[in-house]
Amino acid sequence: MAINTDKNSYTIIFAIAMVVVVGSLLAFTASSLKDKIAANKRTEKQQNILFAMGVTDTEDPSEFVPAEEAEELFNKYVGEDKYIITGSTAQKTEEAFNIEVKKENDKLKQDTNYQRKMPLFIGKKDGEEFYIVPMRGNGLWDAIWGYVSLDKEFKTVKGAFFDHKGETPGLGANIKEAYFRDDFIGESILDASGNYKGITVKKGNADPKNVDKTDNEVDAMAGATITGDGVTAMVKKGIKMYQPYFATLKK
Amino acid sequence: MAEVTEEKVEVKVKEPKEPLFSKKNRKLLSDPLTDNNPITIQVLGICSALAITAQLKPSIVMAISVIFVLGIGNVVISLMRNIIPSKIRIIVQLVVVAALVIVVDQVLKAFAYTLSKELSVFIGLIITNCIIMGRFEAFALGNGPWKSFLDGIGNAAGYGVLLIIVAFFRELLGSGTLFGVEVFGNAIEKTGLYKYGYENNGFMVLAPMALITVGIIIWIQRSKNKALIEDH
Repeated sequence: MAINTDKNSYTIIFAIAMVVVVGSLLAFTASSLKDKIAANKRTEKQQNILFAMGVTDTEDPSEFVPAEEAEELFNKYVGEDKYIITGSTAQKTEEAFNIEVKKENDKLKQDTNYQRKMPLFIGKKDGEEFYIVPMRGNGLWDAIWGYVSLDKEFKTVKGAFFDHKGETPGLGANIKEAYFRDDFIGESILDASGNYKGITVKKGNADPKNVDKTDNEVDAMAGATITGDGVTAMVKKGIKMYQPYFATLKK
Repeated sequence: MAEVTEEKVEVKVKEPKEPLFSKKNRKLLSDPLTDNNPITIQVLGICSALAITAQLKPSIVMAISVIFVLGIGNVVISLMRNIIPSKIRIIVQLVVVAALVIVVDQVLKAFAYTLSKELSVFIGLIITNCIIMGRFEAFALGNGPWKSFLDGIGNAAGYGVLLIIVAFFRELLGSGTLFGVEVFGNAIEKTGLYKYGYENNGFMVLAPMALITVGIIIWIQRSKNKALIEDH
């Protein structure tokens, strides 16, 4: 080939052409797959919420319900019970499902007087009520998030699901694993005198089998201190925001 | 009729060339697995080898992803090798690998959502993996597509094999499990080996031990094959 690839003009033309080609390729893929990805995300959210209230795959309880059944099961167990909480008042609305904790956090950052909208889902299974709280926080590398379900006294955790964007595989990524999240089940979020305390992910825990459910502590993951601290902060803050509303329900 | 002519053209093109799996080409595939291993000899891709080898499963996922990306990436760069301006070749390489990885990620997100959740963490790690840029720069820019493809697969496999070896020891000694299955018994319930006072070595889970494990492998490899020892 007889192209002089060292010429400045060629370099510039090549760079421009490359950017245009790659840019349009990426834009095309992103926009043509957008709807499908959004639908997948919606299904995933339904699966997460169902998982936090203990509705799992019938064959393997450590797996989500199958994607095809997510919508149907979500309508069965949660149905219309989707609320937006602002301060201590609640409003029943379909919109609650679309509220993103991240966007609310951002709005609050821009305007400190902003009254945040907090989504709350109430699931009913076998005559019990599950108050499912979505939450979001920071791990070591990137965002972590989760859904924690509480009993109707707002005292103990009935189920939890955590996920992450980019924690280290084998270390921080273990927040997704059953051995970690299942420790939260039955754990109390209140201290002995009934005040809100949250749950701490603790290293060197004297209770690695997690027999003591009233110590507000679960055992940490080896090699993932910062991710564990992130979970502690997220759970503590995530549930605390709802306390004014829960207080009105307790009365 | 059309088929016949097509065949003829193919034969004509191939004739002056060496067979697809000639000795030289086979060497491209097998060398990186042993005497020219990207991690132990070229010392490429160390960072991701430290990060994800705490368990076997992510190591295998990473190995497969890198085989895929490096195989295709090497071919793309090789096809473009005569038109890439040398002044911005590193940027071009980076754009190619980033675009490739993102397109694959988007397609997986749309059609295989669960798989893409498993892989999401690796996306960033693949783009920044120096093995990929290293092979683009050292091989694909100077060789034809078929050879580059073999070189890419070979090097990625050599990288993957080492990843799996390191992960095997780290997961076994650090957590007492393989693929999450408890091999020595349950450490908390004190069953199996743990009954007799065996303890997991928590240090194996941390990144420094990956480096030491890689070091030990390098040591063993070089003491078996003295030709690999560099002069100083």
